[in-house]
Amino acid sequence: MIEINNISKWYGSFQVLSDCTTSVKKGEVVVVCGPSGSGKSTLIKCVNALEPFQKGDIIVDGISVTDPKTNLSKLRARIGMVFQNFELFPHMRITDNLTLAQIKVLGRSREEAAARGLKMLERVGLKEQAHKFPGQLSGGQQQRVAIARALAMDPIAMLFDEPTSALDPEMINEVLDVMVELAKEGMTMMCVTHEMGFARKVAHRVIFMDQGRIVEDDTKDEFFGKPRSERAQQFLSKILHH
Amino acid sequence: MHLGIFLEQVPDGNMAWWQMLASGLGWTLATAFFAWIMAFVLGSIVGVVRTTDNHWAVRIGDAYVELFRNIPLIVQFFIWYFVVPGLVLAVKRWVVTLDPTQHQFVTAVICLGFFTSARIAEQVRSGIQSLSRGQRNAGYALGLTQTQTYRFVLLPMAYRIIIPPLTSEIMNLIKNTAVAYSIGLVELFFRTREMAEMTFRYFDAFTAATVIYVVIALTANRVMALIERRLAVPGYITGGK
Repeated sequence: MIEINNISKWYGSFQVLSDCTTSVKKGEVVVVCGPSGSGKSTLIKCVNALEPFQKGDIIVDGISVTDPKTNLSKLRARIGMVFQNFELFPHMRITDNLTLAQIKVLGRSREEAAARGLKMLERVGLKEQAHKFPGQLSGGQQQRVAIARALAMDPIAMLFDEPTSALDPEMINEVLDVMVELAKEGMTMMCVTHEMGFARKVAHRVIFMDQGRIVEDDTKDEFFGKPRSERAQQFLSKILHH
Repeated sequence: MHLGIFLEQVPDGNMAWWQMLASGLGWTLATAFFAWIMAFVLGSIVGVVRTTDNHWAVRIGDAYVELFRNIPLIVQFFIWYFVVPGLVLAVKRWVVTLDPTQHQFVTAVICLGFFTSARIAEQVRSGIQSLSRGQRNAGYALGLTQTQTYRFVLLPMAYRIIIPPLTSEIMNLIKNTAVAYSIGLVELFFRTREMAEMTFRYFDAFTAATVIYVVIALTANRVMALIERRLAVPGYITGGK
């Protein structure tokens, strides 16, 4: 579904990604973790071409994101993305946040889009908030709306860029619960997160990054059993001791 | 000050002085109105262009802003009125078909339109750039094109954020129309001077002009405050209460 082949990226002379290669199969849940500044957010943003990269290629569902002939908007519409800071559109009601892209990108009718949006909103447990504005919801609720907004586009895969790291501790679980459910339903997911509990529960594979490189790319059991690299062991020991 | 002067007839005219000032006010408002439309449209386009990732367009936009921002307004008036028709034959051919008042009016609108558009472009740019990169990314990630992302995601918030500086800009524009007296446009300041010089009632004439300018600037200010309240986004930390 998602193939990342030898990509490298530089900001000026500073290399943020070095020769990263991995893939996500259909129905697979892959968790990407690593210390801050390791390039994991950058990597996931390369998948739907929100970040350009200088070398290598990424192929999503058979379509290359670097090919100048690729219609990037069309490709992005098929991949859902959830951001660290939710990025709901503050001037629109929740319903309009959910329907905007369905109407403008997928060409659905207003009624069809509203029905689909409402269904997704119900799924994340927020149906009664439909007429509010994003600023009137809590962080956890906003993030669930953001997930519903992405799902309303009927994506073939979902990308999560640290979806819980801007949330208060008590709101993390409501978002993780939605993600766990999605994973169990067989959604193809690539998640940048430090939530190792989530990784243990639903991930098939765990990727560990450090200094722009993919250091580990293991099955979940291998990774939590004993990661091969010392750097990953150090990292795990720092975040797992609680 | 006694108000009787405003009812006195203008020598060799069939108007009272208050009607003379009112006609000047009419030209002031008409100039400000059309210049505002021009400035808002041009300023928005240039402001948006300067936030895209097309390097050449950004440079041209930057040059545009610096050009109109860095030349004194009164100099720009003289350039548009005296120099441009001399340089561009087509303009000259067109200008000679206009009567002088029309020529002065069109020049004032164009001059103030360009001057103010450079300032609005700067505000639109800063408004868009004040939004997080994530908003743009969220639009793109949903499959919206760049144009759609600007139209539905970025600009609605950017305009809301820049309502206060835009208000100042409208008030500046209204006040800047007074400079058009320098090319002979019979706007409010021109008529005020005329009245003062012909009646030697400087105090009365300029007090009247001051009051009129203050009233229209305050009206513009109140209207914008109303718009700001109307467009306030619930739960979003901008626009006051």
